[in-house]
Amino acid sequence: MSAGVELDHITVRFGQFTAVDDATLDIRGGEFFSFLGPSGCGKTTILRTVSGFLDPSQGKVRIGGQDMAGIGPNKRPTALIFQNLALFPLMTVADNITYGLRVRGVSKEERRKRAGELLDLIALPGQGDKLVSELSGGQKQRVAIARALAVQPKVLLLDEPLSALDLKLRQHMRNELRAIQQQVGITFIYITHDQGEALTMSDRIAVMSDGVIQQVADGKTVYDHPDTPFVASFVGENNPFAGKVVSADGEHAAIETAHGVLRGRNDRKLKAGDRAILFVRPESFRLGAGASDATIVSETLSSAFEGNATHVFLKGSTKKDITVTVARHGSHRIPAQGEAAAIHFDPSMGVVLPEGKMARE
Amino acid sequence: MSSRLFVFLVPLVVIAIFWFMARAEKGKHHDPTHKGFFERNGTALGIVFIALVAFWTLFLVTLPYLYMVVESFHPKLPPAQRGGPTDVLTIAQYKSFFINPVDNEINTTHIWAFVFSIITSVLVTAVNFAICYPLAYYMAQAGTAQKVRLIMLALIVPYWVNEILRAFSLRLLLASKGLINQALMGLGITSTPIDFLSINVGLYVGLSYAYLLVMIFPLYNAIESLDKNQIEAARDLGAPWWKIHRDVVIPYAKPGIASGCTMVFMLAAGSLAAPQFLGGPSTLWFTSIVYDFFFQAFNWPRGAAYAFILLTACIAFVLLMLRMFKVSLGETIK
Amino acid sequence: MSSKLVMKAMIGFYIALFFLYLFGPLAVMSVTAFNTPSYPQAIPFEGFTLDWFVKLWNHRAMMEGLKNSIIIGLGVVAVSVPVGLAAAIIMNQIYHRARSTFYLVTVSPVLTPGVIIGISTVIFWKDMMGMTDVTKAWFYKGIILAILGQSSFVAAYALLIIMARLQRFDRAQEEAALDLGASHPQVFWHILLPFLKPAMISAGVIAFLSSFENYNTTTFAILADKTLVTVLAGEVRQGTTPALSALAVIIIGLSLLGAIIYEVMKRREEAQAERSKENAKIAERSDLGEAGPAGLK
Repeated sequence: MSAGVELDHITVRFGQFTAVDDATLDIRGGEFFSFLGPSGCGKTTILRTVSGFLDPSQGKVRIGGQDMAGIGPNKRPTALIFQNLALFPLMTVADNITYGLRVRGVSKEERRKRAGELLDLIALPGQGDKLVSELSGGQKQRVAIARALAVQPKVLLLDEPLSALDLKLRQHMRNELRAIQQQVGITFIYITHDQGEALTMSDRIAVMSDGVIQQVADGKTVYDHPDTPFVASFVGENNPFAGKVVSADGEHAAIETAHGVLRGRNDRKLKAGDRAILFVRPESFRLGAGASDATIVSETLSSAFEGNATHVFLKGSTKKDITVTVARHGSHRIPAQGEAAAIHFDPSMGVVLPEGKMARE
Repeated sequence: MSSRLFVFLVPLVVIAIFWFMARAEKGKHHDPTHKGFFERNGTALGIVFIALVAFWTLFLVTLPYLYMVVESFHPKLPPAQRGGPTDVLTIAQYKSFFINPVDNEINTTHIWAFVFSIITSVLVTAVNFAICYPLAYYMAQAGTAQKVRLIMLALIVPYWVNEILRAFSLRLLLASKGLINQALMGLGITSTPIDFLSINVGLYVGLSYAYLLVMIFPLYNAIESLDKNQIEAARDLGAPWWKIHRDVVIPYAKPGIASGCTMVFMLAAGSLAAPQFLGGPSTLWFTSIVYDFFFQAFNWPRGAAYAFILLTACIAFVLLMLRMFKVSLGETIK
Repeated sequence: MSSKLVMKAMIGFYIALFFLYLFGPLAVMSVTAFNTPSYPQAIPFEGFTLDWFVKLWNHRAMMEGLKNSIIIGLGVVAVSVPVGLAAAIIMNQIYHRARSTFYLVTVSPVLTPGVIIGISTVIFWKDMMGMTDVTKAWFYKGIILAILGQSSFVAAYALLIIMARLQRFDRAQEEAALDLGASHPQVFWHILLPFLKPAMISAGVIAFLSSFENYNTTTFAILADKTLVTVLAGEVRQGTTPALSALAVIIIGLSLLGAIIYEVMKRREEAQAERSKENAKIAERSDLGEAGPAGLK
């Protein structure tokens, strides 16, 4: 059984500080949904509001259509996997897993049976009598998931649960989480600052910054059609070219930048005179000159060979260099350091967005 | 009795003020993470917690103190006349500390006893600091973990022997027939036994001996958290050992020093066992005077007044220490 | 090099001197417990005897005092540990501005001379219990007053000990239990209390020992009753007998026994923690797909 989660104009304030600003969102039942954003963007606040640890200052949370106002965390059909897992160190693995059943008054025998089933599900058969301190990081992770699933929640909330693991294990756990989600079929709401996690696992992603939801879409759309400069610069590598729109039609806009007039898609329907930023991804550039409104000429600073591709860095108009990723196939000569190089791109691979805040600056 | 009503009203008014302050604060800063006390603990447990703490803070701490203060402003009366027309508020008990009501002379005996107690306690505190600092430093910075644990046990075990027996053991050593006099006479240093107890050597040693542990643990805790690299760095820079202590260790360990000194002073100034069993026959210790007012003169109001004078002196000393070391009370008691 | 050696020798000498100061008097007293003369003397050792232990056993007042001391000790544990626990929890949750005042009130008994606590306890409870004849007859007793008086500062010790552990409590544990459907009382009994248990046991031991040893407060609060310590005080005031040394020997023996038990328990606990860590390491290796013992299964 799964349930959808609706956020209806949620605002959360801590004193003067607004952690979440008017978030409205509809998460479908059975969906793997991620909130992606840098730390402090408000994603954890949203999670805590859904799980009932925080009351929103304004707005409503509905789970399966039911308003959650006044319903405490222990009465909601949600289960939360904490960032530090919050396993109970003084209980055995089996007692941890069946704690939710214990407080519901389930008999001891029934609990033992359920513990056995869940231990099988997480591939830790017969390890119920161990202490939590005897488990590896990955095993703890799985115990935390089993503990949450034991209460048969309609929505599972995950607060950066993989952040404590090392890289290799993290990649393995991504596949495992996705598999578990498909197996149990309930709604997963996943919080992360790691775009790789969000892109690989999620059906849809909400990108957040400064308490505001910037965009809600599937991973491919977020990457290819970002709505705001923040999304464009936060998800994946991107080269920004700021300027003023000189001409625009329904499909494309041309903007005057430090590198001349350049053209890109006009997804946000900008008009001439608007201040704007053109984003072109490193892999969208090709070496050599092309159409005049899609060509940049600049000095080569350096290049880095990375096996399947080579990154070439050209001098940009701001402090940030222009990054060009040259795929291995193709017979391009990599420009030498100090040499003036021309690069071009397909204007349908560049996007012109209204001026706004960018990530990591 | 109206004073009883007054005593009960004071804490209630204070609690009420805090209640309203908390309410006002809650209204001003809305914080969605903050759950109400009863919401967080459940109603039943919340009530039990508050009842327990209220019983403690009111009936075991605040009200007895206030009662003692009120008692000290009463005249000494036989039980039948209490609450009668002669039971008026008076500062006679405090006056009697300065001017002896019997002969109207300045009460030099009691004033001297007070000054002697305070000065002795300060000296004992200083001596204990000097004795304990090197060991605390050794334990915290130089000793291996195993050695430290052994020393720790060796320190704690003697303190499970109570104060009276410890005083008794010192008396056996220092008495005129005691081991030390035997040794001194055996070595021919003195021909007649030295009466260590009547010249107060017993008292000084007893006070210092009783509160060694109280000094050493706060010092150890404070020095222990000092990064060893800081001392190494100072040594690399060529600082001599005494400069390292003066400029690095002691400033860092300030809260621990303040804590140890405060505790030793308080315990010494309020001690009863050492002066009773190790003090000379003519030595008047201030707490012993208070004790006698209760058990021999049956003058409770005057005893209460003297106790309050002692308490005030102790509070003044604590505040002075805190000011001197520039630490807060919270850092001192841990 | 030689200056380092001199330094080391000096440190060794100082530590030896320190522990001579600490143990010397107790050692001398212990010897007197086994020596025959009725004045407690260590030298000359005139003959070995256990008579003083028999005398101690037959000392009626002292045995009665011991019984009272144990009752009072248990009473103080029963009052001060729950009070300390409740105070620690309230301290942790109360508004910042009230916290410092609350702290001041609760730790003030630690900084108050014991005689003052004893005096104020007697004055206050005499008036409280004197209000009706029933309370006066049933509750105005030395044992009860001693429990109340000692608890006022022992509860502060308990508060400080429990508070230290409570500050290390991970709020996420509480939230995890709530999230799994536990009620607030269930969180308290299942999660918080087991976490605080070690601190509460330490607080209980400290409470009992502080109560058992206390003289300054008890000598006032005990009224006409007696405890072991007040009987001892009376004995020491009257004179000296090796029976007191015998008592000290027993107490020292019990302390050593306690210390050894504590050490053994601590070592066992450490070995257990070490084993868990070892197992976790093995599990970690098999997680990463390397051949470890767990991976063989």
